[in-house]
Amino acid sequence: MLKDSDRIFTNLYGVHDSGLVASRTRGAWDGTAGLIEKGHDWIVEQIKESGLRGRGGAGFPTGLKFSFMPKEPDPRRPQYLIVNADESEPGTCKDRDIMRHDPQILIEGCLVSAFAMRAHVAYIYIRGEFYREAEVLQEAINESYEAGLIGKNAAGSGWDFDLYLHRGAGAYICGEETGLLESLEGKPGRPRLKPPFPAGAGLYGCPSTVNNVETIAIVPTILRRGANWFNGLGRPKNTGTKLFCISGHVNHPCNVEEEMGIPLRELIDKHAGGVRGGWDNLLAVIPGGSSVPLLPKSICDTVLMDFDSLNAEKSGLGTAAVIVMDQSTDVVEAISRLSHFYMHESCGQCTPCREGTGWVFRMMQRLIKGDASIEDIDLLWNVVGQIEGHTICALGDAAAWPVQGLIRHFRPELEQRILARQGIPEDANAPRAA
Amino acid sequence: MTTPETKFKFTPDYLERAKAHIAKYPDGRQASAVMPLLDLAQRQNGGWISREAMAYIAEMLEMAEIRVYEVATFYTMYNLEPVGKYLVQLCRTTPCWLRGANDLLSVCKEELGVGTGETTEDGLFTLIEVECLGACVNAPMVQINDDYFEDLTAAQMREILSMLRRGEKPSPGPQNGRQSSAPGTGMTTLLDGGAG
Repeated sequence: MLKDSDRIFTNLYGVHDSGLVASRTRGAWDGTAGLIEKGHDWIVEQIKESGLRGRGGAGFPTGLKFSFMPKEPDPRRPQYLIVNADESEPGTCKDRDIMRHDPQILIEGCLVSAFAMRAHVAYIYIRGEFYREAEVLQEAINESYEAGLIGKNAAGSGWDFDLYLHRGAGAYICGEETGLLESLEGKPGRPRLKPPFPAGAGLYGCPSTVNNVETIAIVPTILRRGANWFNGLGRPKNTGTKLFCISGHVNHPCNVEEEMGIPLRELIDKHAGGVRGGWDNLLAVIPGGSSVPLLPKSICDTVLMDFDSLNAEKSGLGTAAVIVMDQSTDVVEAISRLSHFYMHESCGQCTPCREGTGWVFRMMQRLIKGDASIEDIDLLWNVVGQIEGHTICALGDAAAWPVQGLIRHFRPELEQRILARQGIPEDANAPRAA
Repeated sequence: MTTPETKFKFTPDYLERAKAHIAKYPDGRQASAVMPLLDLAQRQNGGWISREAMAYIAEMLEMAEIRVYEVATFYTMYNLEPVGKYLVQLCRTTPCWLRGANDLLSVCKEELGVGTGETTEDGLFTLIEVECLGACVNAPMVQINDDYFEDLTAAQMREILSMLRRGEKPSPGPQNGRQSSAPGTGMTTLLDGGAG
């Protein structure tokens, strides 16, 4: 288990005060000017060397992303850091804890990350429903301004830096980086075609980089403790610590910071009090938020919780939101509810997603009751394949993957419901592929 | 349709707050403030946004009215019709459903005597089902106005609604007494006391 001394989020549960004075005693803002003094490129190199991969779901190398920003800013085109705090992926509630319990490490992360990317302005885009969290974060921003940690000559570093909070208003799609940029410009959050990528033309057409809250909040600790400390944790290419959100059928659902690559079973047993009814009562786990395919118990027995291990099982670490389902679960309805989510959240600009997500949800509703034919399962597989990869943004993929996971691992369950409804006993059926 | 009764205008206090939002964005980019201004208008107007309020915001931000309307209709948090004093938003997505969101829904319907999307006759409550509110390890949960009520049992859900009806203030957060998102039996990490 990760040692407490290696944990970055030391006030994850809000046991201690979230204010500036208390945050400083926990290590926030310690020698920030000294970090900045080492220069833009030093920070980018340190982050590259640490192996940090984006904590918002895609797992893109953070240092590399930082390096895409122009090195010689055009004075007519200011550069922006945008922090994605739209946390809306079902199962995910980790950024909420950072913002309400440890906002100063996020604010410090904004300063050093913005400096690394030669940005003087950052916006934090927080989901609208997090009203109380926005209050705490705004108070923390005000406190940082008053203490001279941000603003002109931020933290005595010689770098001018302004930080603003922008509240969303209930749209999952604004967690997609270009949907977020549209929203921040005062428009519906409809994702943009890429290229151009945000580092070339982002907010207001200016160079911009969008990073997740957790990613940015980790940066100062990496710089203080060293890239080698961070990449010494976890596994190669899957380094560091990670906030996991463990929900569903466990005895004690919780958020927890653990080492990357921890076995899924150990994560659930040690921190969440185990699966309800014991490990053998496990049916399946969605390991990385609603978008990633579920894993049946047989894979959960041994799988490690990191990007590459989960990719190898045709799933993903995503946001590290672990949704646990025990044997009592109607797994078809569990996935159908996610299909409803994607139907509801589709922005509607791409036909495969707009029409497809509704069709998929209606088919899933029929499959719950077995009100379909065996061929409909193949048709569903085919339709989600036509959504996946055929839309501007990844919402289409995210709608397809949970259904693909269900068919991949629970096809016999789907077939049995169909046969049962038709009054055909299960054993009278010909052999079928799973 | 604009009549003196429905004409919308920010009060001096709200106008001050609106200006503070507009100041966050670069010159000429004031349209970025449309979301915070719609939110302010909704708060001032008792929980919903009228067409007059959109027209007022459009003028203030030098935007075409249709652009404001487009934003107001895209995002789910803007109510375009009046809602009850308490907007009860019940999370229906899988993590909450796995832990009993349906039981909460039944209790809400029974206690309030309305279906989803409806408002009680006394105008106190509007009940809606919403997608994931991002408090999944504290499921099942509801949002009532600006507050989250988490780790709910059906009985607690009923009690919270009763308290609101009596004009009392139920405490938000986890209803099972635990520390925010920590395991219910106590923390498994950060046990060395830490600093601060």
